[in-house]
Amino acid sequence: MAERILSVKALTKRFGGFVALNAVDLQLGEGERLGLIGPNGSGKTTMINCISGALFCDQGTITFKGTDITRLPAHRRTRRGIVRSFQIPRPFRSMTILQNLLIPMEYAVTRGGRGSDPETEARDILDVVGFRGRANDNSGRLTQVDMRKLELARALAARPQLLISDEAMAGLSSSEVDEILGILLKLNERGVAVIMIEHIMRAVFRFSERVVVLDAGRKIAEGTPAQIVKDPEVERAYLGV
Amino acid sequence: MRSAGFWSVVAAALLGGLAFAALTNNAYYFTAAYAILQALIMAIAWNILGGFTGYVNFGSAGFFAVGAYCTVALHKFLPSIGIDPPLFVFVFASAIVCGLIGLAAGYLTLRLKGVYFAIATLALAIVFETLIKNWSYVGGAKGTPILTPDPPQFLWGYIAFSSYVKYLFVVMLLLSLTAIVISRYIVNSKIGRGLAAVRDDELAAECMGVPTLRLKLISATVMGALMGMAGAPYVFMVSFIDPASAFSLEIAVNSIAMPMIGGTAYWYGPVVGALLLGTAQQFISVTISSELNVLLVGVVLVAFVILAPRGLVGLVNDLRAKAKRHG
Repeated sequence: MAERILSVKALTKRFGGFVALNAVDLQLGEGERLGLIGPNGSGKTTMINCISGALFCDQGTITFKGTDITRLPAHRRTRRGIVRSFQIPRPFRSMTILQNLLIPMEYAVTRGGRGSDPETEARDILDVVGFRGRANDNSGRLTQVDMRKLELARALAARPQLLISDEAMAGLSSSEVDEILGILLKLNERGVAVIMIEHIMRAVFRFSERVVVLDAGRKIAEGTPAQIVKDPEVERAYLGV
Repeated sequence: MRSAGFWSVVAAALLGGLAFAALTNNAYYFTAAYAILQALIMAIAWNILGGFTGYVNFGSAGFFAVGAYCTVALHKFLPSIGIDPPLFVFVFASAIVCGLIGLAAGYLTLRLKGVYFAIATLALAIVFETLIKNWSYVGGAKGTPILTPDPPQFLWGYIAFSSYVKYLFVVMLLLSLTAIVISRYIVNSKIGRGLAAVRDDELAAECMGVPTLRLKLISATVMGALMGMAGAPYVFMVSFIDPASAFSLEIAVNSIAMPMIGGTAYWYGPVVGALLLGTAQQFISVTISSELNVLLVGVVLVAFVILAPRGLVGLVNDLRAKAKRHG
C-alpha cells in the first residue's frame, strides 16, 4: 500500500440501541481506489457520514494525513481534502451549475497567493464531467444523471485528496454508469484517492483495487475484487444462504 | 443593480427625503413615512435570517421590542447619572445589545430546523415579553410614558428641526438606507453566497466547506442588531410604550409579510414589499379604516404565498425570462 492517507480505527456509531457500526477499521493508501459494499442497512452510509463529519462517531478515531480529525466539523474536513458526494443529489437549487461549483471553490479551497481564476477552474471541471456550455443552467431542473454529475463536479471543485462517492450510479442506465465511472477514473489518475460505495457490482469490481464488505455494522471481508467474489462470508451476507 | 446605479438611488432617496423634510410641515406625512420606514428596516432585518438564510421565524419582531426597551432603560438610567445623550447613542446601544442577544439566541436555537426553529423563536419572543412585563424599572406591564424631547439643532442652529417627528423621520431615513446598504452588501458578499448555500441545503453546504453554524450566527446577529436599531427611535415616536404594543402581533406579522411579498432571495425584495404594503396600509387606514389594513396584510400574504412564493421580484423575473424565451 502506498503511504496511508486515511486511517479509521475501531469506529463505532449507535443510534439509540441500534449499533450501526461496530468497531470498524479501515485504511486507505494515497491515490487508492477502494470499493465499500454491503447489503442495505449494513452501515456504509453511516461509515462515510462519520468519515466526512456529517455525523460524529461514538467511539474510535479517524486520522487523515497524520492528523486526528475525529472531532473536526465537516466543513473543516472538507478544507483538509475529504470531500463527499451524496447518494440523493443535493444541489444548491437556487443557483446555476456554475454557482454550485463556486461555493466549494470559495469556501473549501484555500488559495495561497494568486491561484488560477475560480471561474476558469470551475469551467474546466464542467468540461471534465461533460457539462460544457451548460454553466448557466438552473441546477434545480436537471435530470437524474445530470444531478449526479453535478454532485461529482461540485465535489471536484473542492479539490479533494480523498473523494467519497456515495452511490453515484444507482438507478442509472449502463451507458450512464460507464460515463460516471470514466469521470471517477479520470479523477483518480490525478492522484485522488476514491472510496466508492455502490450496489452495482460490475462497476465496483471494475473500479476498485480493493474492496471492503460491511454487514450489520461489521467488516466481514476485505480483499481484491477477485478474492471478494469467492468469499463465502460475502455470499452468505448477500444471499442469506 | 450595478454599484453606480445603486449609490445614485441611495443618494437620490436621501436628498429627496431631506428636501421633503425641508419643504413640508404637515406632521401627518412624517408620521406615516416613519411607519413605512420602520416597517422597511424590520422587513430587511427579518429577511437576512428568514430570506437569505432560509430560517423562517416568528420571533424577530421581539428584537424590535427589546431594542425599544433597551432605549427606555438607558433613557431612564443615563440622566440619573448626569448624562443626557443624543438619539444616536440609544440607536447604537440598542443595536449592539440586540445584536448580542441575537447571537446568543441564535446559538441556542439555530441547531433546530424548519417548524421547530420557528416555534423556538416564537417562544423566545414570549420569554422576552414576560421578562419586560416583570421589570418594573422600565414600567412593567402597565408601560411607561416617555417625554418627547425638544427638536434638536445642529451646527449651532444652522440646521434646526421644526418638530421632533420631522427629526425622527430623518433619522429613520438614514437608518433605512444604512439597513439597505448592509443587506445588499451581505447578499453580494462571500457571506451571502454561503448563506444561500445554507438556505438551499445546509448539509451539502457544510460538506462543501461552508462553516454553516458561524454564518447562521452572523446572520442572527445582524438581524438582531437591525431590529434593535429600528426599535430605539420608536420609543420617542409613540411617547408611551407598554409590552403589549411593542410586542404586538401586527408588528411581527408585517415584518414577515413584507419580505414574503417583495421576494426573500433578493436584497430589494423586502424594500419593494415594505414600500408597497406599508404605503397601502397608510393609505387604507386613512381613507377606509385602520382595521382593514390588518385584513389587507393577511389576504395579500396568503395570496402571495400561494400564487407567487418567490415574491413580486421573483414574479417579475419569471415573467421577464418567459418573455425572453418567447420573444
